[in-house]
Amino acid sequence: MSLSFLLLQALNGLSLGALFFMVASGFSLIFGLMRVANLSHGALYLISGYVGLTVIRATGNFLLGIAAAVGAAIVLSLVIKEGFLRFVEGRELSQVLLTVGLAFVIGDLCLAIWGGVPTLVPIPSFLQGSFDLGVVAYPRYRLFLILIGALIAFSLWVLLERTPWGAVIRAGVDDLEMVSALGIDIHRVFRLAFLLAALLAGMAGVLGGALLGLYPGGDSDILLTSLVVVIIGGLGSLKGALVGSLLAGFLEAMGKAMFPELAYFVLFAPMVLILAFRPYGLLGRR
Amino acid sequence: MSAWRWTGIGIALLLGIALPYLVAPVYVNLASEILIFGLLAMSIDLLIGYAGLVPLGHAAIFGVAAYVVAYLNVRMGLPHTVAIPAGILGALLVSAVFGALAVRTAGLYFMLITLAEGMLIWGLAYRWTSVTGSENGIGGITRPGFLLLPWQFYYAVLGLFVLCVLTLYRVSHSPFGLTLKGIRDNESRMPMLGYDVALHKFLAFLISGGFAGIAGAAYALYNRFVSPTTVEFARSAEGVLMVILGGSGTLVGAVLGSALVLLTRNIVSLYTDRWLIVMGTLFVLVILLMPDGLLRGLGRLARRLRIPAVWTRLAPLRVRLSPSFSARKPVQELSAPTKHDTP
Amino acid sequence: MDFRRVLSILIAVPVLLVGCVAPGGGAGAKGPIKIGLLAPVSGAFAANGQDMVRGWELWWKQHGNKVAGREVQWFHEDTASNPDVALNKARLLVEQRGVHMLAGPLAANEGLAVAGYIRGTEIPFFMPVVSADDLTQRQRAPNILRVAGWTSSQVHHPFGEWACKQGYKTIVTLGNDYAFGHEVVGGFVNTYTDAGCKVLEQLWNPLTEQDFSPYIARIQALKPDAVFALQVGASATRFLQAWSQFGLKDKIPLLAGETTVDQSNIRGFQNPDIVVGIISAGHYAEGRESPATQEFVKAYMEAYGDIPSYYAAAMYTAAQWLTQAMEAVQGNVEDRKAFLEAVRKVELKDSPFGPEKLDDYNNPILNVYIRKVVKQPDGRVWNVVLETIPNVSQFWKWDPEEFLKRPVYSRDYQPGFNPKK
Repeated sequence: MSLSFLLLQALNGLSLGALFFMVASGFSLIFGLMRVANLSHGALYLISGYVGLTVIRATGNFLLGIAAAVGAAIVLSLVIKEGFLRFVEGRELSQVLLTVGLAFVIGDLCLAIWGGVPTLVPIPSFLQGSFDLGVVAYPRYRLFLILIGALIAFSLWVLLERTPWGAVIRAGVDDLEMVSALGIDIHRVFRLAFLLAALLAGMAGVLGGALLGLYPGGDSDILLTSLVVVIIGGLGSLKGALVGSLLAGFLEAMGKAMFPELAYFVLFAPMVLILAFRPYGLLGRR
Repeated sequence: MSAWRWTGIGIALLLGIALPYLVAPVYVNLASEILIFGLLAMSIDLLIGYAGLVPLGHAAIFGVAAYVVAYLNVRMGLPHTVAIPAGILGALLVSAVFGALAVRTAGLYFMLITLAEGMLIWGLAYRWTSVTGSENGIGGITRPGFLLLPWQFYYAVLGLFVLCVLTLYRVSHSPFGLTLKGIRDNESRMPMLGYDVALHKFLAFLISGGFAGIAGAAYALYNRFVSPTTVEFARSAEGVLMVILGGSGTLVGAVLGSALVLLTRNIVSLYTDRWLIVMGTLFVLVILLMPDGLLRGLGRLARRLRIPAVWTRLAPLRVRLSPSFSARKPVQELSAPTKHDTP
Repeated sequence: MDFRRVLSILIAVPVLLVGCVAPGGGAGAKGPIKIGLLAPVSGAFAANGQDMVRGWELWWKQHGNKVAGREVQWFHEDTASNPDVALNKARLLVEQRGVHMLAGPLAANEGLAVAGYIRGTEIPFFMPVVSADDLTQRQRAPNILRVAGWTSSQVHHPFGEWACKQGYKTIVTLGNDYAFGHEVVGGFVNTYTDAGCKVLEQLWNPLTEQDFSPYIARIQALKPDAVFALQVGASATRFLQAWSQFGLKDKIPLLAGETTVDQSNIRGFQNPDIVVGIISAGHYAEGRESPATQEFVKAYMEAYGDIPSYYAAAMYTAAQWLTQAMEAVQGNVEDRKAFLEAVRKVELKDSPFGPEKLDDYNNPILNVYIRKVVKQPDGRVWNVVLETIPNVSQFWKWDPEEFLKRPVYSRDYQPGFNPKK
């Protein structure tokens, strides 16, 4: 195995992992903190991506597109939370049905509005092309993704470990009842976490849309990946989401290159094994 | 049982038997499909409504049975008397393996591990080309001569369905079923009362898998074609959705859920391309307005409209649960693992 | 609450009634001619399926939905790029709408599923797009005809030979890992190795592949003279993007299968330079300089604003073919035997594809074009003809019965690579 091949694969795994992390971390947060099975998270990603795409096509400005996507994601997730999830608090099965129904509606709306043709979000010219790393030439955009992923991971870490908000969130993941018993308004914290997850999903919609494309079914694909990440990394844990995302990214990249016949196995066999021996995920608790 | 109950069952059966005389053959076929997926959903309800476990991989067990039947029938030319039992056996084997791994978990993690197990089977269906034919699937499954016509097949499925309902009813009302409900309501308390929780969960999984296998074998003969889409995650998710729609714990409600999903997909799609939006909206509406499912909700509705006869007619179709039955709020949901659960 | 009760009723009643509705179907005695069109407009093949519907629609619009004095009614059903759905929709079209014939669908696995059902009936089934080799070979049936169609390997047999003759002594193949991919690559590899060249390795990726970087890494490591890539739909777009992003476009010559650079994929690129210059083979070339092709392209552009892809051309030509056949039987499609005979006898002197007629195994004999992607002055890209190889049948230069004795191309049967020659 040559150095260039290994480096290439490592970078592929990192860039994919970075994208997965953006989506999965928000999903993990909602699931772990609020115990809400929000299966419309993937659809949120997709429709934000499409909104961003439209804005980028209209204005030619990538940043504006991301901003629009984030805005759309925040608005939509507020609607979902206040207009629908509110009625099914604490009832996981109902949440599942409700959010799946919403996901169907959003997904089909995307198909109706933007059509069924898979599209790639256009990237700004300074991010196109490849960057010569000496051993291998690697696409600039993927390097950019890795950078963004690292930045986000760092910011989230700061938020969770170094701010009072973060402390409350972490406490909430550990023991929700205690937090409210201490007189902290958990609903405010929930709202924050929800918005944070929406923000990440919105960004990921555009960034992922430029890497993997926007297409009918893109919502369920990313949702499945997020579920895998949560399985591996455990719920509500930032470290877990990071580890899970990177592992998922690497497994997909390596697995496809080295064992194409076993592509699906490489991802799911480890999952089953992990769950069999550590039912709460690699880093999850309880 | 009361006279009302017998009347109710009689009327439901009468409608079922009369169906081929009432609608066109293509709808008789659809009715068969609804019953088959209703059976799959019922098997899932045994776990959801009784053991409090949500399996996200049952389409895989269903599909294993279908593939085994398909393979033995098409590739090896074996008669149905061999293929069908083999299919159900295959499903039971897979359930045993999956169940053994899954019953150590509960709640969310049970969902995730069954999801992963389902995906493994799906991956296998895609990759084991020599056996499963990969994307092309296995087509040309034959039916015994006396089941070739839509109405013939339908009656066979109807009979099978009734048998399964009776069996599942028995199981859920046995001491075993009560134990399962105990586990659902408060898992940590059961071992203290001397029950082997893991064993009960495992057996429940096995029984559930067996019925899913029966449904899978029936499906192979119905569709006469099996492909990886039969075992994909979306199918498993659909099964769970059917249970929630119909009302978890009602067993028969699952058939209502199956009817809703399949009718929307097959009939609404003839009138509009946006049938997914219709289906999604229906899900949302059902959850908001009939949180404990269609069967109980429609029953309440009938009572509200002061149609007591309809109400009692529906009564035998419900499987009676706890006294909180008549309350508006949903009867049971999963309880998130509390601090005192053993990990 | 009143509102909620009303809503509950509003849901409950229609849901219950829907099951009882049984809309009428069945062809009337001498009503309109009903044709069922199966094409995906969602899922992995959404873009291509959309073209199918448009190409078909264009012909009928141009001819006033009439044949031999009888009205033509066609019904499109979405197969969602999924064989189960395709099968279901086929049943619905035949049993509920009562169509006289079926046309479509798109993917090989969809086609095989529907064909399995069709064999149990006598409904004429026409497949202008489904190219699964075996449907006109070992699994052929008298009512399954590839009108205006092709087999996957048919077009790529000549290409393999051509590639070796060009001097590309070693090659790596990258194909979608399903029947169509196996057959295309198999056909290519067969003639490529027969001509004396060597296949280094074969890579297979799923249709839904989002990320091509692992495969590109592998190709770079192998350093072949050229790469033969067969991708369909969304994976083609992603592949071409990645090929360019990793800087390989100028380093390793790319030989593309027909669908990889089909118009439906290349038209969507914001930056056309990603695809300009790519060489491929195809039975369709939208830039082919012939009135039949150019008039079709012009009409399609006027109607839909895009250059038509092969999916559109296939359905348009199929409609043309079927119209000729229906006219030959004076619109009497109820006489299935006579109608099928007429379909078999049709010979198109020219069409958007070129001249075509059916062989004895229900598949057309057609032209294969070596094509190159070229940019037009207005920025659009299309495939123009470099070389024409006429009268290519699905059996290439082999004897049909000899060919049929060998197995169908599959993942495990790639003659020249596995088994080696």
